[in-house]
Amino acid sequence: MCTTCGCGEHEVTIGGGAAHQGHAHAHADAPSHGHGGGHEQVEVHDHGHAAVAAHAPGPGATRRMRIEQDILAKNNAYAAQNRQSLAGRGIFALNLVSSPGSGKTTLLCRTIAMLETQAVAVIEGDQQTSQDAERIRATGAPAIQINTGKGCHLDAHMVGHAMEKLALKEDSLLLIENVGNLICPAAFDLGEAHKVVILSVTEGEDKPLKYPDMFRVASLMLLNKVDLLPHLDFNVDAAVAYARRVNPDIRVIRVSATSGEGMDEWLDFLHAGMATAQAAKRETVDGLKRRIAQLEAQLQGQPP
Amino acid sequence: MHEMSLMEGVLQLIEDAARLEKFSRVTTVWLEIGQLAGVEAEAMRFCFEAATRGSVAEGARLEILAIPGSAWCAQCSAAVAMSETPAACPQCGTYQLRVTGGTEMRVKELEVG
Repeated sequence: MCTTCGCGEHEVTIGGGAAHQGHAHAHADAPSHGHGGGHEQVEVHDHGHAAVAAHAPGPGATRRMRIEQDILAKNNAYAAQNRQSLAGRGIFALNLVSSPGSGKTTLLCRTIAMLETQAVAVIEGDQQTSQDAERIRATGAPAIQINTGKGCHLDAHMVGHAMEKLALKEDSLLLIENVGNLICPAAFDLGEAHKVVILSVTEGEDKPLKYPDMFRVASLMLLNKVDLLPHLDFNVDAAVAYARRVNPDIRVIRVSATSGEGMDEWLDFLHAGMATAQAAKRETVDGLKRRIAQLEAQLQGQPP
Repeated sequence: MHEMSLMEGVLQLIEDAARLEKFSRVTTVWLEIGQLAGVEAEAMRFCFEAATRGSVAEGARLEILAIPGSAWCAQCSAAVAMSETPAACPQCGTYQLRVTGGTEMRVKELEVG
């Protein structure tokens, strides 16, 4: 187990190694992960026998203590750290979620081939095997596999470690393929710009109603494998209507990694997101430069 | 079964508090769980027992307080109660509800000895 943060437990491996190898990320920055952080949030308030409980706890003496902390506080702190690290480098990150077998990896391989950029990297999450990362690497893009062992989802801590190992490029695209599971990954923010839910037309059109939480937190639904529609009894309009019942704001793109249908619209979404992330980084950098220039001018304007 | 991860998160918060406040036994844990948080109370109870075994919270009573779900209707602007997703607006009948509350999951309070 990693002595800095206690990570590397529960059989999680990243890129074939234990989660804590090559430990470089700053754990001290993660609120509430450090030891002694968050003290002010723990407020003690005693009921009745407080003085006794505080100074001489006898048998059966108890006190009540207000905690008022989010159960996901640690994950959210890591997610914020990931998000900040991505924003500082102008990287657009997506968290791709779906049931197993929706065609995520095939869609990613096709996406990478069509993007015609070197600036894309992939984090693959699966319970076992590194087959998906190998499929991505065959396209020429760097990829790292996280095996969650008994875990049913990626969390922000694992993704932070994977990001370090990937050595992400400035102004790039990071695609995180979550564990195939339509329930658990909904609760875990990884630091992504958006969750993208992939529903294939070989599944039931009522999946958005059966697994509403995932569709509620996603910004975009990719309706995949639409080339198979002529062979199936799948009602596209009903699937879209169900998704919008759960999430009126969800955007929908119909795609097929096999025929290429809809891929242009999906690529436009990616390019637009990358441009936004890059512009935000430039604004931050330009803003800092302007501030430095202002301060320098003030210093020079001062009498010696 | 992300209830297990959530309960490990609960245990971490308890252990952080135990270090800071120097207690060695927890007798009751109060959680606040939103109606729309997407977790099952029964699964949480099961996982709480498993996650706390051998810890300061072993054998503690788990109290789960439900936080009602709430939403705002983008169609008719009504603020309404919402207990499940998806739901139609009880005022205008459209599916235009944006969730405004009831997704939270918090450790509220501990009783320690």
